[in-house]
Amino acid sequence: MLFKYAASPPNVASSKGLLDPSLTAQTRRLACRVSDGAQKTTPLYDEHMRRGAKMVPFGGWLMPVQYTSIVEEHRAVRKNIGMFDISHMGQLIVDGTGARDWLNTMLTNNIDKLDVGTGQYTFLLNDAGGIIDDLIAYRIGDEKFLLVVNASRTDEDFSWLDRHRANDVDLKNRSADYGGVAIQGPRVIDLFHAVLGEHLALPPRNHIVALARNGKELLIARTGYTGEDGVEVFFWASEATWFWNLVLEEGKQFGIEPCGLGARDTLRLEMCYPLNGSDLSPERNPIEAGLGFFVDLTKPNFTGREVLLKTKENGPAEKLVAFRMQGKGPPPRPHYSIFDNGERVGEVTSGTVSPSLNYGIGMAYVSASHAKIGSNIEIEIRGQKFPATIEKKPLYKRS
Amino acid sequence: MNVPDDLLYTETHEWVKREGDNVRVGITDHAQAELTDVVYVELPKMDRQANAREAIAVVESVKAASDIYAPVKGKVVEVNKALEANPGLINREPFGEGWIFVLQIEDAGDLKQLRDAAAYKKQIS
Repeated sequence: MLFKYAASPPNVASSKGLLDPSLTAQTRRLACRVSDGAQKTTPLYDEHMRRGAKMVPFGGWLMPVQYTSIVEEHRAVRKNIGMFDISHMGQLIVDGTGARDWLNTMLTNNIDKLDVGTGQYTFLLNDAGGIIDDLIAYRIGDEKFLLVVNASRTDEDFSWLDRHRANDVDLKNRSADYGGVAIQGPRVIDLFHAVLGEHLALPPRNHIVALARNGKELLIARTGYTGEDGVEVFFWASEATWFWNLVLEEGKQFGIEPCGLGARDTLRLEMCYPLNGSDLSPERNPIEAGLGFFVDLTKPNFTGREVLLKTKENGPAEKLVAFRMQGKGPPPRPHYSIFDNGERVGEVTSGTVSPSLNYGIGMAYVSASHAKIGSNIEIEIRGQKFPATIEKKPLYKRS
Repeated sequence: MNVPDDLLYTETHEWVKREGDNVRVGITDHAQAELTDVVYVELPKMDRQANAREAIAVVESVKAASDIYAPVKGKVVEVNKALEANPGLINREPFGEGWIFVLQIEDAGDLKQLRDAAAYKKQIS
């Protein structure tokens, strides 16, 4: 056999915080050590190696895919708590008197709905309405916004935004200055109190707050990519090791496990959260992806609006659906073909065996006339067809 | 990592056990540890002929599908049906209950192309 890992995991709905972007040079060196080849490493690289993580390239970064087992790490998050290194994700800061109005022309969701200290999931589209990136935009000041973007798209997002930048807007890529972790699972509140004190309240869902411990700044957002309660915490890259070990130590009593991109991918897929590069791409728009909720078509003007209006009016030709395998068979994988009564009607974009449900699950683009929930389809795997059904999202519901 | 001295090995992490005119084949402890969480095994068809280094089975973990190669030329005479219901046997007992198939070999001389435990240990160290 030969070892290969499907290019996979993380991010989508991740977050980021309220920091005043005022330092750079020395933390940049810390955050961005380049290891052999062109793969970048996060400030937690040494911790991953020390714990024996299996490292894989992901979006230009060398990241842990697992420490012990994807299934065990997955279950730790569903049952107790898990922590993921998300330092590879990008952080862009948008600042200035025109920041709000300009971002509303660049992003699909309505940024006017954000109070200071809150965030929203949104899309950055190209002129054809195709998805450049999905991200979380936080309002961290009256005129200041933080965009937390996918690792592999950070440079592209930045150059796209910079090219379209308005005169009264300042745009900075601060990705190298920050480290970050996602702490996810039903016991996050207990852990949070153990780490930061009983008197501190977690921010509400989609809110972000700045806190300090031992004089070190932490940005804490109540967001995640697993379907469990959780936070995403950002800090200066130089504090990453301190915070990572602090949380793992305090978290022992709650059954915490460090988790890799493998579990991040199975967790998000059970929830049908899309992964950019797999389920989303510049050839797909948010309406086809079933994510119109995060597009405000009542806004008078934003990039891609005309195309999305048309897609909505005519109905998308293909839709991103969730499916499950029926009976025994191999796990579905990206690019497998989907058939309905012998006719090829679509293609798998994400697939795995669900560690929570113990059967094969996935997402796929299928032609709209075959996208009905409950429909029987077949997935072709190595020349053989296996039965599956189109299901309602999410595939996993917390009991 | 466990690398039994009485087995032969391939560069692609199969182990090979001589049993008269047959060889029993599985994946090594190192291979299962790299894969972890085997969730599906596609066994070769009985009686199929295979050339050396031909992909004839598939082991799927949560993250990836990996081909399993015939270590030498031969005919499939036995497959481990227990893996269909219990693919995790490969993780638990890679050299025992987790075997995958048995080949009837044509030429015992072909086995000379495989590596011994010392050479395989060196490969994975």
